[in-house]
Amino acid sequence: MSAINWIIAILVFFITTGLLLSKDWRWVFGLLAAQYIAVAWLTFVSWSLPLAMVKLITGWTVCIILGMSQPALSRSSTFENGMSQSRFFRIVAAALFGLLSLALALRSAAWLGIDPSIIWGSFILMTLGLLHAGLSFQPMRLIISLLTLFSGFEILYASVENSLMVAILLSAVTLGLSLVGAYMINRYKEGTRE
Amino acid sequence: MSAPVIWILIPLFTAALLLTIKSNRIVILVAGILTGALVFIAVVIPVDTPLGLGELSFKISPALYILGRRIMLTSADQPLLVMIYGAALLWFLVASAVGCGKKMIPLGLMVTAFLVSSLAVEPILYGSLLIEMAVLLSVPLVFSPGRDPGRGLLRFLLIQTLALPLLLFSGWLLAGIEANPGDQTLMLLAAVMLGLGFCLLLAVFPFSTWMLELVQDTPPCISGFILWSFPTAGLLYLTNFIERYTWLRSAPELPILLSAAGVLMLITGGILAIFQKHLGRILACAVMMETGLSLLILSLNSLAGIGLFFSLFVPRLVALLTWSLALTILGQHDLDPTFAATKGLVRHLPYTAAAIIITNLSLVGFPLFAGFPVRLAIISALRYPTGGIGFWIFIGSFGLGIAVIRTLNAFTRSPEGEVQGNREGVLHKITLGIGLALLCLAGLFPQWVALIMKQMPVIFQHIGQ
Repeated sequence: MSAINWIIAILVFFITTGLLLSKDWRWVFGLLAAQYIAVAWLTFVSWSLPLAMVKLITGWTVCIILGMSQPALSRSSTFENGMSQSRFFRIVAAALFGLLSLALALRSAAWLGIDPSIIWGSFILMTLGLLHAGLSFQPMRLIISLLTLFSGFEILYASVENSLMVAILLSAVTLGLSLVGAYMINRYKEGTRE
Repeated sequence: MSAPVIWILIPLFTAALLLTIKSNRIVILVAGILTGALVFIAVVIPVDTPLGLGELSFKISPALYILGRRIMLTSADQPLLVMIYGAALLWFLVASAVGCGKKMIPLGLMVTAFLVSSLAVEPILYGSLLIEMAVLLSVPLVFSPGRDPGRGLLRFLLIQTLALPLLLFSGWLLAGIEANPGDQTLMLLAAVMLGLGFCLLLAVFPFSTWMLELVQDTPPCISGFILWSFPTAGLLYLTNFIERYTWLRSAPELPILLSAAGVLMLITGGILAIFQKHLGRILACAVMMETGLSLLILSLNSLAGIGLFFSLFVPRLVALLTWSLALTILGQHDLDPTFAATKGLVRHLPYTAAAIIITNLSLVGFPLFAGFPVRLAIISALRYPTGGIGFWIFIGSFGLGIAVIRTLNAFTRSPEGEVQGNREGVLHKITLGIGLALLCLAGLFPQWVALIMKQMPVIFQHIGQ
C-alpha cells in the first residue's frame, strides 16, 4: 500500500506540473480530473471509501463546471497567452518545490504520525498550487491554483480530522470556488457581447 | 424555533429567494422588513427564556445541531446580533438610496448570515469555513459583468482563501495543545499558523493590498460594505479565539504580537494615505488603521479593552456609510473619486465634499467628531501599560490627517471650466446630513454610544480574567 501511495504522490507531482505548463483548457481540466483521482486515493488512506468518493465526485463536478464555462473555441484555443517563454522556469520551479516538499514531508512524518507519501502528495499540491497562484493573475488560473492548494490541504486534514461536517463544508467550498470561476468567465463574456 | 434558525437560516433562504425576484422594490422591501424584524427580535425577545402570550408559551432555543456539530446563539450574543443586522439594515438602506440595492441586498444578506454563523458555530475553527463561504458569495457582489474581475477582487479571493487552511489546521493543533499543554513545539507551531492565518484574514500588512485595489474597481457602496463586514467579522472571530482558549489568553506573547500587528497597520495605513490621490483608496487606508486600532485594543487583554473594542464599531460604521454614500454620489455626477476630477467640489457638491472631509476627520480622531472620544480613551488606556504606543497612533492619524488636508486642498481649488452651482438632490442632502449629524452627535455625546454598546463585553467575559 505504501509503495502505491508513493507512486500516486509522484503522479501527483507530474500532474500538478502539467497543470502549471498546459495552455489548452482541455488539457488543464483533464489533468485536474486526474488530480482529483489521486486526491481521492490519498484521502481514502485516512477516510472511508464513501467520503473519499465524495472528494472524487466533487472534483469531477468542479471540472465539469469549469469546463462548461469555457467557450467552444477552435482546437488551438488557449486561456492564457505568452507562457512559452516561462516554461523552463516553471519546470525548474516545480522541481525545486517538489524536492522541498519531499524534505518537509520526511521531517514532519514522525511528528504528524502520517505516512510520508501522503504528506508529500499533500505538500506537492499545496506548494505547487501556491506557485501556480503566484505566476498568473488570470481568473481561471487563480481558481485552478486555489483548487490545487485546497486539494492538498484536504489530504492532510483528512489524516487528522474525520468530521462529516468538515468534509461537507470543504466540498462546498471547492464547489463554490468552481462556481465563482465559472461565474467570472461567463459574466465577463456576456458583458462584452452586450 | 431556535436562534440559529431565526438569525442565520431564515436570512439565508430569504436572500436566496430574493435573488430570483426581478422587482427592485420588492427586494428592498422584503429585505428591509426582514432585517428590521431580526433587529427587533434581538432587542425585545430573550433567547432561552420562556415567554407567554396568553395561553401560548414559546421559547427560542439557543442551539441548532447540524451533522453532529452545534451552532449556538445565546442571550449574551443578542447585542452583537443587533449590531450586525442593524449595520446590515443601514447598508441596505444606503444601497437602495443609491440604486445598487437589487444586486447588493440579497448577496449582502447572505454574506451577513454566513458571517454571523462563523461566530456561532462550535467548534469555532469551523467558522473559517463559513467565512470562506461569505468570501465566495462576495465575488458576484463585487464583480461587474463585462469587465475584468480586477486585481483587487482576485487578491481578495486569494488572500482570504489562503487563510482558511492555516486557521483550520491551527484549530487541530490547538486541540492537541489542550490535551498536552506542556508541548512547546506544538504551541509554537500553532501560534505561527494561527498568527499567519489571522494576518491573512485581517489584511495585516503586507496582505492588505486587496483593500486598496478593490475600492478602485468596485462601486463605493459595495466596497464599503465589504470593508465593513470582513474586517469586523475577522476581528470578532479573533476575539472568539482568544476568549475560547485559556492558554492563548494567558500567553505573555499575545499582547506583544497584537500590539505589533496593530502598530504596523496604523503606520502603514497612515503612510499609504499620505500618497493617495484616489478618495476610495484613502478610505481603504483608514479602514486598515481602524483594524490596527482594534488589534491594539485587544492587546490590552482586559474587560475595559473589550468595551473600547466595541465602542469603535459605531463611529466606524457611520463613517464608512457616509463616505461610501458620498463617493457614490460623486459617481452619479460622472466624477471620478480622484483629486484631479474633484477640483472645486465644494462649489457644486458641498454636502458631498463636507461628508468626505468630516468622515475622514472622524476616522483621524479629530476633536468634536465620533472618532475622538474613543481614541482618547484608547490612548489613555495604552499609555501606562505599554509606553509609547500612543505615539504610533498619533503618527498613523497624522498620515491620514495629511490626506485630509490634500483632499481639502483639491476640493477648494478653482475648478476647470464653468461651475454649475449646487447639483445635489434633496435626498442626497438629507442622507448625507443624517450621516454628518450622527458623526457630530457621537463625538459630542459619546456616552450615547457607550449606552448602546455596554452589553457587548458580556459576550467575551473571559477576556481580562
